[in-house]
Amino acid sequence: MKETQYNYKVVRQFAVMTVIWGIVGMLVGVVIAAQLAWPALNFDIPWLTYGRLRPLHTNAVVFAFGGSALFATSYYCVQRTSHARLFGGPLIGFTFWGWQLVILLAAITLPLGYTSSKEYAELEWPIDILIALVWVAYAVVFFGTIAKRKVKHIYVANWFFGAFILTVAILHIVNSAAVPVGPMKSYSAYAGVQDAMVQWWYGHNAVGFFLTAGFLGMMYYFIPKQAGRPVYSYRLSIVHFWALIFTYMWAGPHHLHYTALPDWAQSVGMVFSLILLAPSWGGMINGIMTLSGAWHKLRTDPILKFLIVSLSFYGMSTFEGPMMSIKTVNALSHYTDWTVGHVHSGALGWVAMITIGSLYYLLPRLFGRSEMYSIKAITLHFWITTIGIVLYIASMWIAGVMQGLMWRAVNEDGTLTYTFVESVKATYPYYVIRLTGGLLVLSGMFVMAWNMFKTIGAGKAVEGEIPPVSAGSGFDAPAHA
Amino acid sequence: MSDFVDGFWSLYVAGLTLISIIACAVLLTMQHKRPVAGQKVDTTGHQWDEDLAEYNNPLPKWWMWLFWITIVFGLVYLALYPGLGTFQGVLKWSSTGQYQAEQTSADAKFGPVFQKYVAMEIPAIAKDPQGKAMGERMFLTYCSQCHGSDARGAKGFPNLADQDWLWGGAPEVILASILDGRNGVMPPMGAAVGGPEGVREVANYVLSLSGATHDAKLAEAGKGKFAACAACHGPEAKGNPALGAPNLTDKVWLHGGSLASISEQIDKGRNNVMPAHKDFLGPERSRILAAYVWSLSQPGAGAK
Repeated sequence: MKETQYNYKVVRQFAVMTVIWGIVGMLVGVVIAAQLAWPALNFDIPWLTYGRLRPLHTNAVVFAFGGSALFATSYYCVQRTSHARLFGGPLIGFTFWGWQLVILLAAITLPLGYTSSKEYAELEWPIDILIALVWVAYAVVFFGTIAKRKVKHIYVANWFFGAFILTVAILHIVNSAAVPVGPMKSYSAYAGVQDAMVQWWYGHNAVGFFLTAGFLGMMYYFIPKQAGRPVYSYRLSIVHFWALIFTYMWAGPHHLHYTALPDWAQSVGMVFSLILLAPSWGGMINGIMTLSGAWHKLRTDPILKFLIVSLSFYGMSTFEGPMMSIKTVNALSHYTDWTVGHVHSGALGWVAMITIGSLYYLLPRLFGRSEMYSIKAITLHFWITTIGIVLYIASMWIAGVMQGLMWRAVNEDGTLTYTFVESVKATYPYYVIRLTGGLLVLSGMFVMAWNMFKTIGAGKAVEGEIPPVSAGSGFDAPAHA
Repeated sequence: MSDFVDGFWSLYVAGLTLISIIACAVLLTMQHKRPVAGQKVDTTGHQWDEDLAEYNNPLPKWWMWLFWITIVFGLVYLALYPGLGTFQGVLKWSSTGQYQAEQTSADAKFGPVFQKYVAMEIPAIAKDPQGKAMGERMFLTYCSQCHGSDARGAKGFPNLADQDWLWGGAPEVILASILDGRNGVMPPMGAAVGGPEGVREVANYVLSLSGATHDAKLAEAGKGKFAACAACHGPEAKGNPALGAPNLTDKVWLHGGSLASISEQIDKGRNNVMPAHKDFLGPERSRILAAYVWSLSQPGAGAK
């Protein structure tokens, strides 16, 4: 615990929990996917019904798995690119234990039926307050470390981590504003269509900042590191960073096309969602082109495979997103399983794969080893995951388009050709295929957990040495160093 | 539209929207740099964490084009469609307008199909294969959510496939139920029959009417108190279709036939609503639908 060393302890804690929560969250996902194919699998137990487990699944994968991954990688990256130990003393431990407590409370209260009913913000007000406190502590630790950095320029990954931390704080606090009426019950501070608009301003930016900006930060550190190549273009990173964080803010209304939301707000949401295409792709280009000159590494290095394929999925879903925001496309896709497929091409293809790749880079370095216990297991994990995701997305695409077409089909007399339940019945085989895809992704996580514990067992916890302040960096070397 | 409380917010939103789009264009122009042929791209000179560095490659040309196209598209879209505050857009499009236009074209397209049935008697429509098929499709689209796809109803939603009718089963009466809806109101009778004890007695009497298991002593006591119910259900408890008051002597129970559910019904009353479909479906389609519903209770209709 010296000032000359990086704090790896909290990184280790979060990194290990990322894998554990990944398994938990995806397991719940597999259970509810199975319930959609075979509804009897809730066993008539209220706690296991789809309506309660679905928010548990989203909270577990987004905030427990994704959140822990972001904490781990941002703490690692900000220290190593600032050449400074984490700032904040006891606040650092508080972010870990506080965040784990939030997750634990979510896992208890959601199945019990406590919910604010806001998607991706279901947790009730006492837990919301705890989240806000942890998040402020996170911001203090992160920006405090930036403030005491020993390199002049702030590395691009930290711009993205910083934007993610700041914006999520604002989103969470504004959207969760509520009037408590009991220890576990509250009413939103907003009403009617304003409530819907605030919710989707939050909801879409949760995607844009939690699941995109944060993970782009991860991408900007771990891809150049693993590839051993400089980032492709500094210029591109400037343009796409500012355009991305600026444009995402406006995109929320596309979740409310053809609703009571005024026409002008729907138009603005659609226009900015389309403009978002290029800024999103900027990140993909910068990541993939970083590999130019080292393409051959992709053949042999399964970690790079994870990282680069995650960017391909990122590019795919950030193309699909703007297309789905176009009103005429949305009229077909909205409320169908196409949306579910789109979300998972982002959540599994992009978020999970970049996380898994980054962790395979990170874990051995936290435990004093040069690489994971088994490289073959990483390759196996890569292929299981990729096949699983493709099955998942493809089945939901087909199911979604089919549902959209069935719902709009009319007879000679203007009545609907199909009842709703007929579209559910027609979706059955795709639900089974989706479940298979989900099972593959989940089993990949078990392979990862095995590999992680083997790596931990074969190594021992280490701390990294902070390099001495370099000449010409603009910072004076401490006299006693 | 009253989306904006005053003109300022309209200008504010429109201005912010335009500035935001233009800011993207400015950012793009500022960072535009032509690659110099033959010149090797260098890093920015910054270095972090041993080996992290950044090349200063120019923005990919195709990517810049993509960005420009979306910016121009956005501006054109906002000129054509509503999006800049209260400005309606050159095309004067609105979602309400689109809905009305689609409604009008649907009426023009599907209207003639129904014309043939306007002059037909309802039983005749039920015998017409096309009419009956259309009626069934309408039933599955508009009625099955409450009455079930087999029309056998559910708790609180009447079975339409039996011979028992709350409001009457004649063709024109069914049509009236569809067009104007029905509101079956039973006031809370707890106090009128003498509190909880009275409720228990009357409930037992009601059970005795259809030969269900009951406490004979309580039923006997309840018989006299049933006078309060007879106003609607009739002295013989056979019901009154003019009021939608159910026959209590048969074995059909809309809200449950147990002692508990009958007691609850007496104590708290009921306000059961079937919505009116006149404005939604219109008279032509309602006629075809009525024919299908009527056909379900006709002898030999059989369970579908």
